[in-house]
Amino acid sequence: MDLSLSTRTVGDRTVVEVGGEIDVYTAPKLREQLVELVNDGSYHLVVDMEGVDFLDSTGLGVLVGGLKRVRAHEGSLRLVCNQERILKIFRITGLTKVFPIHTSVDEAVAATD
Amino acid sequence: MHARKTEGEAVMATVELRFSALPEHVRTARLVAAAVARRAGVDEAVLDEVRLAVGEACTRAVGLHRANGANLPVRVLLTEEEKKFSIEVGEEAPGATGDRPGVPAARADDEARAHPGSSAPDSGEDEGQMGLAVISGLVDDVEVIEGPGGGVIRMSWPTNPAVALP
Repeated sequence: MDLSLSTRTVGDRTVVEVGGEIDVYTAPKLREQLVELVNDGSYHLVVDMEGVDFLDSTGLGVLVGGLKRVRAHEGSLRLVCNQERILKIFRITGLTKVFPIHTSVDEAVAATD
Repeated sequence: MHARKTEGEAVMATVELRFSALPEHVRTARLVAAAVARRAGVDEAVLDEVRLAVGEACTRAVGLHRANGANLPVRVLLTEEEKKFSIEVGEEAPGATGDRPGVPAARADDEARAHPGSSAPDSGEDEGQMGLAVISGLVDDVEVIEGPGGGVIRMSWPTNPAVALP
């Protein structure tokens, strides 16, 4: 399965809906998407990972890279994820402390802290 | 279909996979490893871990091959043993010990650790480290061997569902 990406704007947030597998082969596409959004001035991103079947450390690296880029513009990068097998990867790498992880896009879009 | 071992003979892998060191083949290795692990009796709840761990090991091997300009395949041995299922991912990258021109993998890793802010967070070196962190966090029985002919990551999982906790 390949990676699918779609973006939409909700208020001042840009929601990136990701589907499929994020690994060493597909992660560059996600990186390009995040870089493009930041270059175009979207600094408040919500990455919806509900459709993600697989995530590895390459994908984590891309998300951390995205976070670094939006923070350079005082922006934010929030994740939406309820899948235990994906959340587990964030936990074992300690990244649950780095990313705000929400249970729904609505919650992520409304979050302001 | 258990691996058989006779006197003085190494255990033959149940399935052996070699692929050219390209990112697009890592998924194939994950799928094959998960299929063989399932057949070997690894608990369903643990298959996700097997898939992720073998993917991380292969990703690291592909990265090392590319960093060293090595034109060698990545080798994955999947072995069904009596009470465990083991996976060995061999890098076979001659440059890993620094006997080839270019930046040796070990030194690149050291530099990434010494100057964490100097490289992008999504650079290859950091990913290699994060990959190892994921493997160590996931797998209880794991061994990373750095040898003269490249490195090997060995991992194993119990095949008795009674002890394979989710």
